[in-house]
Amino acid sequence: MADRPAGTDIPVAAAESPAREAWRMFLRNRSAILGLVLLAAIVLVSLFGPPLYGVDPFKIQGAPFTPPGVDPNVPLGTDHVGRDILAGMIGGGRATLAVGASAALMTVAIGLLVGAMAGYYGGLVDEILMRITEFFQVLPSLILAMVLVALFTPSLYMIAIAIGVASWQSTARLARAEFLRLKELEYVKAGRTIGATDKRLIWVVILPNALPPLIVSATLIVGVAILFEAGLSFLGLGDPNIMSWGLMIGSSREYIFDSWWSATFPGAAIFLSVLSVSLIGDGLNDALNPKLRER
Amino acid sequence: MPILRLLLERIAYAFIVVTAVLVLNFILVRLAPGDPAEVIAGESGGITEEILAAIRRDYGLDLPIHEQLWIYLGNAIQGDLGYSFYFNSPVVELVVSRMGPTILLILAATVIALFIGTTLGVLASRNPEGLFSNFLTVASLIGYSAPAFWTGLMLIILFAFVVPIFPIAGLYDVTLSVGFFGRALDIAHHLVLPAFTLAIIYIAQYSRLARASMLEVLGSDYIRTARAKGVAERVVFFKHALRNAVLPIITITGLHFGNLLSGAVLVEAVFNWPGLGTLAFDSLLRRDYTTILALLFFSALMVIVANLATDFCYRLADPRIKGKRG
Repeated sequence: MADRPAGTDIPVAAAESPAREAWRMFLRNRSAILGLVLLAAIVLVSLFGPPLYGVDPFKIQGAPFTPPGVDPNVPLGTDHVGRDILAGMIGGGRATLAVGASAALMTVAIGLLVGAMAGYYGGLVDEILMRITEFFQVLPSLILAMVLVALFTPSLYMIAIAIGVASWQSTARLARAEFLRLKELEYVKAGRTIGATDKRLIWVVILPNALPPLIVSATLIVGVAILFEAGLSFLGLGDPNIMSWGLMIGSSREYIFDSWWSATFPGAAIFLSVLSVSLIGDGLNDALNPKLRER
Repeated sequence: MPILRLLLERIAYAFIVVTAVLVLNFILVRLAPGDPAEVIAGESGGITEEILAAIRRDYGLDLPIHEQLWIYLGNAIQGDLGYSFYFNSPVVELVVSRMGPTILLILAATVIALFIGTTLGVLASRNPEGLFSNFLTVASLIGYSAPAFWTGLMLIILFAFVVPIFPIAGLYDVTLSVGFFGRALDIAHHLVLPAFTLAIIYIAQYSRLARASMLEVLGSDYIRTARAKGVAERVVFFKHALRNAVLPIITITGLHFGNLLSGAVLVEAVFNWPGLGTLAFDSLLRRDYTTILALLFFSALMVIVANLATDFCYRLADPRIKGKRG
């Protein structure tokens, strides 16, 4: 990155572990730090904000369509029913972040499992798993997730599962490529020669070395999952009893001409959350794939 | 004729995938909580016992599960994916009638994204550490992180209140009585905001990809050779480098068709664009499952066709892989 000061590249210790070196690299990346700080702030506000602010985002707090900055009781104004926008902003992050994180976990878990099996075993297993992956790639993820959430009960768990089921394909391909490459290396062959089981070779020997690109992709998937959750809530597929940023935008969509603020603020919150994750992902990418740093 | 054989092979494979989507739809209805007949009828009001009995009879819901699947697939082959009780129409007709506006929206967004994205990325690659390149990196991160339905709403506010130069909803102005050409212009005018909204994410992605891809190609040996033998820099840049740098973008564009469809659902809902997205939105609101499942089927079908098309575009652009499997 261009913002890396020149002349600080002198290695401090010759024998530093790759993980520590990557971490040092990451900390030197200003935009990645910005992302980290931003994300920490959003998570902290979402965790501790609701009890501190103490206003129920579903309860009517003032006159409908109060613009921001008019009533000190509702600093960011109210929506079409008179609910406090600020309370929604503070309380709505929990659902979005929780679903975003667990959906990303789900996505990576499915993708890693499928990709590792396909890449490691090869042959028929690879052929079958990759056909299944190709099949899922044909289904537009948001539409598949929509169908799943609509058919089954719209709870936060279901949304996270639906997003995971709809978007694991690229992780699977990535994991497969890494496993295909790594399983041919000598240290894996050596492990096999001394009698390591497949299970051990996959999870203990190969996986740690396949992690760098997977970590980067997992970070970016968190951002995608947040956008997914917001989109589904916007379409009215979220849990109607839990406040979320997407729900706020969806329910004030029709009143956009009466109150620009009720959709603008929650959208900005979604945007900043995804941006923070993207910044972190970019920083990790630079730190973990030093070969690509020149680009 | 290897190309003909390849085409047939691809079509046969596409046929298998289409069947698999139908089987998935069938399984989903059976897995959904509640009576399949009620799932098929949807939650719209006015579903009587007679209608449910008729559904059970038509779908053979009393028969063993594999016979039900045969009935479902048999109907599907004859173009029958069920009836929407909310829209009072066979779902296939319903979905097909809405496909045009969505395809128009997606193609327009793709053209916008390819043109702007590639241009920005190529410009940035001329000076990778320059101000413009760094600006583009930041701008693409922003474009990548903003939810499309929110950007759409923000654009609506902007163009409704501040600079009212683009229409903010619908496919065309019904009050205008103009000829064919006038109508086409009117549709294009209405298309600007939704297509641009949908394109933003892809502009961000393609500009990054184009920049990285150009830098990689410009660093390769044959570019050095071309420069060494005195080929003009402009020719090296545009003819030697650009042509190779766009190949990964073509591949990615083809792969993005499904994502574009997903994005279109949200963007259409924002701009009341009368395509598959608004249909999805309306049928979700009414829990009209038959329509939603038909939508999933047709969007998968569109992705399959788009993949076939990309494959052949790629073959045209890159003569090296003529006849080879991609």
